Amino acid sequence: MTVADAPSPISASDLPGSAPGEPLLTVRHLTKHFPVTKGAILRRQVGAIHAVDDVSFAVQRGETFGLVGESGCGKSTTARLILKLIAATSGDVEFDGRPIFPLGAKETRALRAEMQIVFQDPFASLNPRHTVGQIVAEPMIVQGKGRKEARARVEELLELCGLNREHAGRYPHEFSGGQRQRVGVARALALNPKLVILDEPVSALDVSIQAQIVNLLEDLQARLKLTYVFIAHDLSVVRHISDKVGVMYLGQLVEVADRDRLYEHPKHPYTVALLSAVPIPDPQKERQRQRIILKGDVPSPANPPPACRFHTRCWKAQEICRTEAPPLEQKAPGHWAACHFPESREVL
Amino acid sequence: MTSALLSVRGLTTTFRTDAGDVRAVAGVSFDVLPGEIFGIVGESGSGKSVTAMSVLNLIPQPPARIEAGEVLWKGVDLRTLSEEDFRRTRGSEISMIFQDPMTSLNPVFTIGQQIADVVRAHHDVSRHEAHERAIETLDLVGIPNARRRVDDYPHQFSGGMRQRALIAMAIANDPDLIIADEPTTALDVTIQAQVLEVLKQAAAKTNSAVMLITHDLGVVAGLAHRVAVLYAGQIVEEGTVDDLYYRPRMPYAWGLLESMARLDQRRRGRLRPIDGHPPNMLRPPGGCRFHPRCPYRDGNRCLSQEPELIEIEADHRARCHYAVAPGWFSPDERLSEPEAGWHDRVRSREREAS
Repeated sequence: MTVADAPSPISASDLPGSAPGEPLLTVRHLTKHFPVTKGAILRRQVGAIHAVDDVSFAVQRGETFGLVGESGCGKSTTARLILKLIAATSGDVEFDGRPIFPLGAKETRALRAEMQIVFQDPFASLNPRHTVGQIVAEPMIVQGKGRKEARARVEELLELCGLNREHAGRYPHEFSGGQRQRVGVARALALNPKLVILDEPVSALDVSIQAQIVNLLEDLQARLKLTYVFIAHDLSVVRHISDKVGVMYLGQLVEVADRDRLYEHPKHPYTVALLSAVPIPDPQKERQRQRIILKGDVPSPANPPPACRFHTRCWKAQEICRTEAPPLEQKAPGHWAACHFPESREVL
Repeated sequence: MTSALLSVRGLTTTFRTDAGDVRAVAGVSFDVLPGEIFGIVGESGSGKSVTAMSVLNLIPQPPARIEAGEVLWKGVDLRTLSEEDFRRTRGSEISMIFQDPMTSLNPVFTIGQQIADVVRAHHDVSRHEAHERAIETLDLVGIPNARRRVDDYPHQFSGGMRQRALIAMAIANDPDLIIADEPTTALDVTIQAQVLEVLKQAAAKTNSAVMLITHDLGVVAGLAHRVAVLYAGQIVEEGTVDDLYYRPRMPYAWGLLESMARLDQRRRGRLRPIDGHPPNMLRPPGGCRFHPRCPYRDGNRCLSQEPELIEIEADHRARCHYAVAPGWFSPDERLSEPEAGWHDRVRSREREAS
């Protein structure tokens, strides 16, 4: 089932995460299967990694949509598919009312100006041989802006991101982790994007620095009317910064809701387990907490369990969970979950 | 008071680099009591791992040099022991769990062989007995089908299972102390919960103390009895977890707690970051090492005079000139920005109290 059958088109108002008003980004039945090949010459396809499977959601203008999940759940692949950095196996992405997958090379390049990404590792994502000025100017040069114009804009961007214009002449290694991430943000904003995908933007930073960057991102969002997709495995930061949150497990979106609804009344057992696993910096609370310890590991995405993918680790699994995939459907207004037996307990 | 199992006094470790000497650990003193879980928290570069490696004499010398300090293990200074005597203690009475389970296991030996090796290095037992002990410990850390999985190679184990295998190895000789350096940092959160639970139970069953090194204040809150916070190579606050989380006295320690987004709380406005960034350890700031980032610093003592680690109440110490000022810590004051004249108010309160 899932992708092989032609998926039904979903109207924008039924998409998980949708709300009144026109969304900036809609994702429908997005799927990516990486082929697994065998043999050096013929490279027969012997299987597929189901990295992202039938993911649908909408992101409203000016909002932050948080995407959480453990490593290998497909959250970064989803980001790359939305940006057309890799080609989708199937599905559609609409940006600003326009389907982006059919666009040609020229139109795609123009589109890139409107959707940008900030990567996790500020040490690996900045070219060590380029000055900060060159790094931040590069998107503008690629888009055909003049050098002079680019230089003036670089200074403006650096100051916008809490750096000095003098920093333009320095190299990445001269900066701390937090400052480097500011450079990454400045680069992403160079072309005045509407959407910024933040892929684990604070995970590599020390705790005392994380809050600085989170605040910067929020200030920039308010000032420049940005829409964010915020990808992270740190559920605390996601609760703070997101308006809506989507939880992914093994390539699928299993729950989407407003942040407080999701954290206070999680419905999918995986969300419940995930929230209960996160340690809280409060000793008395920790002593009283009932932790749900999931058995085993996440199964391989090369051979995901049939029907509900979580059934192999779920304490509520019944026969139907092994035979029939639960659709991601609205269980309460503004709250979508893919589960036959949704939870109703509070875990925090 | 129970006598300490491990007692570190004035530990100082310096790295020689091309740019100059870096004093990564600058006079660190602490005790680990029998059976307790003692947390050491700090950000990258604070010296927490170097402290652990120096205690175990595993730090590469050169470039590092342990310049001063005593490491008393059950009253004997480990630093005076010969390498061979040290080795006898390390691995049997003290064991270690590292962050990355992939690099701390040898890929060409089975999990069982590696655990058995640890047992046989310290005990005169047959291969068979060591093998049985490996199965027993793997079972204890919750590896399903331990008798079968004992012959697996590390690559056949998942990340969480490898970390459990390392815990099995660490408890194989019934140690009195396990030093765990970021044992769950490389793991996903649901796997982290499994592994921490296993570590806690393994320590309880073998009655072993744990020195838990981590950057995660959440992990410490749930697991540790006492905790020390490191900043720029020094302990800046030490106490029970309740002391530290509910009554922090040193601005860095509570600044860290307040800068964190909370999983269990609704958003209360913007986060409150600590300004600036950790110091360059080639040239740590004079006076209090935290003063360039401290919103409460005065223009005088904090800049010129290094604060001592002051005992505030039994078992609770903080490194701050203002740590004992009465009224310093009413929660309202703690949450508000320091106002003009704040230091004068504190001083007048100090005078009133004395």
